[in-house]
Amino acid sequence: MKRMTGVIALMAATVLAAACGGTPEPEQPAPVTATVDSAAIRARQRQDSIDAENRRRAEEEARRAEAERNASGAADALRNDMNAMIHFDYNVADIRTQDQATLDRKAAIMNANSALRVRISGHADERGSDEYNLALGNRRAASAKRYLMNRGVDGSRIDVISFGEERPIAMGGTEDAFAQNRRDEFEMTAGGDALVAPQ
Amino acid sequence: MTRSLILASLMAVAGAAPLLGQNPEQERAQDAIRIGITYRPGTRPGLVVVPGPGLDSVRAIIRRDLDYSDQFQMIDVPASGAGGQVNYQLYRQQFAADHAVELMGAPGGVMVRLHDLAAGKIRNQQTFAIPAATAPGFRLAVHRISDEIVRWAAGTEGYAASRLLYLTDGRIWRIDSDDANVVPVSPAGERALSNAWAPDGHRIAYTHFDAGRGTIVIEDLLTGSRTTVAGTGTDLNFAPAFSPDGRMLAYARAEETGATNVFTSNVASNCCAQRLTVRGFSDNLSPTYSPDGRRLAFVSTRSGPPQIYVMSVDGTDQELLAPFDYGATGPSFAPDWSPDGATVVFHREVSRSPQIFILDVASGRVKQLTSVGRNEDATWAPDSRHIAFISDRTGRRQVWIVDTETGRVRQLHTAGNARLPSWSRRLGGAADANP
Repeated sequence: MKRMTGVIALMAATVLAAACGGTPEPEQPAPVTATVDSAAIRARQRQDSIDAENRRRAEEEARRAEAERNASGAADALRNDMNAMIHFDYNVADIRTQDQATLDRKAAIMNANSALRVRISGHADERGSDEYNLALGNRRAASAKRYLMNRGVDGSRIDVISFGEERPIAMGGTEDAFAQNRRDEFEMTAGGDALVAPQ
Repeated sequence: MTRSLILASLMAVAGAAPLLGQNPEQERAQDAIRIGITYRPGTRPGLVVVPGPGLDSVRAIIRRDLDYSDQFQMIDVPASGAGGQVNYQLYRQQFAADHAVELMGAPGGVMVRLHDLAAGKIRNQQTFAIPAATAPGFRLAVHRISDEIVRWAAGTEGYAASRLLYLTDGRIWRIDSDDANVVPVSPAGERALSNAWAPDGHRIAYTHFDAGRGTIVIEDLLTGSRTTVAGTGTDLNFAPAFSPDGRMLAYARAEETGATNVFTSNVASNCCAQRLTVRGFSDNLSPTYSPDGRRLAFVSTRSGPPQIYVMSVDGTDQELLAPFDYGATGPSFAPDWSPDGATVVFHREVSRSPQIFILDVASGRVKQLTSVGRNEDATWAPDSRHIAFISDRTGRRQVWIVDTETGRVRQLHTAGNARLPSWSRRLGGAADANP
């Protein structure tokens, strides 16, 4: 910061000197007799200011690149928040308490991004009947939709579909596999490219 | 087990015949066990399909069908070599048979004789026209002969001339009742789900499942044409069931509001979808018509876990059908009404595993049919006595058939995975054109 101030001061002095037609007094180098080395002094001062300008530009470039990286990381985080699944207890479509924060986050992002549309697909584990699980998956997707609508998201931006037990993500027939399969999945169908974070 | 015991005991009797010859009462007492062909559980009439020259495939198909009817104890006798007359005495005394089926070639077909061995005479005789063994309708024509033989000998028609549909890897396949003629019927590259036969035996309905939505398609197996059922073009429609006259289709429809309800659509006029159950907080699905066409059994979650209910086809008079103890009885699914109207089969969870149950409609009594593995998605054979269902008892889900009278279970097909079977009615002549 101090060096920048010095560079800026030198630039300003150079500009002033150029505007006023006089040679600027450098802050630190020892004075030399103007008559013998004035050309050399002027050359060195010009080089210093060019170097300073280049340094300034490089630093600005680095700042901008870092800001961009932060921004895409933030966008990835928003996408992850929108794609995050929620899960359900056996044979019910009620939103669990531990999933409310996930849905609140989705509602916030949707409220901050008016072009964003989402499709919710509901799933069930393989117990029950194949047909009943289509109905149960439908209930689970509709349940999440209602939750988002209750937080201000317009229903026309949310599609609801069901896959029943047709698309398991965990096999093996264990309680753990069943628990993983009882879920809603969220897919952004429009407006997911340039998400802005909710304030 | 039964057969070897009976054979052993009758062999002993026969072996002791010279001694017993002096005691006609005792011989008659032994005969009394087998005389009078009324079927009793554990004791079935013995039946021989008489070996003979030619007609090998016809004989094999008929013998297998008669075995699968579960109405007879099948008895194999060695080929006599000479052909000729049926040896009543030999068959009755040495082989403990009550019936003998004789097959002979006739012009354009087969002549069939059913011998009553106790009476010592021919009970029925008929010549059946059948196409050549390479013709598409051959097997079905032979199956019809089997069904007729069962009707002669047991008083009720068999189910051999029928077919089943089932789902494997998203595709619907069709199979004969004896595991022959396995052919795909839904298009490759499309995903199908639940399916149903029309009563005419040449149309089927199934859900075409696409990205979480489902339309119901009616496909004509003879022409290949497909139409979408009116009212099922949007949302998720599934679980189709034809009315007994084939004019209406009942189905379940899952809507964006979250609820699933029972609807009907007029497929004869291709219009007029109607909702039968009330939109609310419960789901209603999996309809099945009573054979008189007046009622629909279906699944409802109106009291909590899914159970079996019934209503009139206009949606009125909704009431519980299969009784349950609230909090104790497991959830029930997938009802199917028997063709004779007497019984509704469904599956119900017992200790978290689905098992096949049957409900006697008149008395309301419920009986469990299976206990090994997970058993679900039952469908009635046209004889209202056999049931096909999905069982994972071998480690993979496959189609099995159970006889509700004897409890005998057989696996219909061994390859692959299967789900959601439907059984046709007895297939008449029109089905022959479809190989």
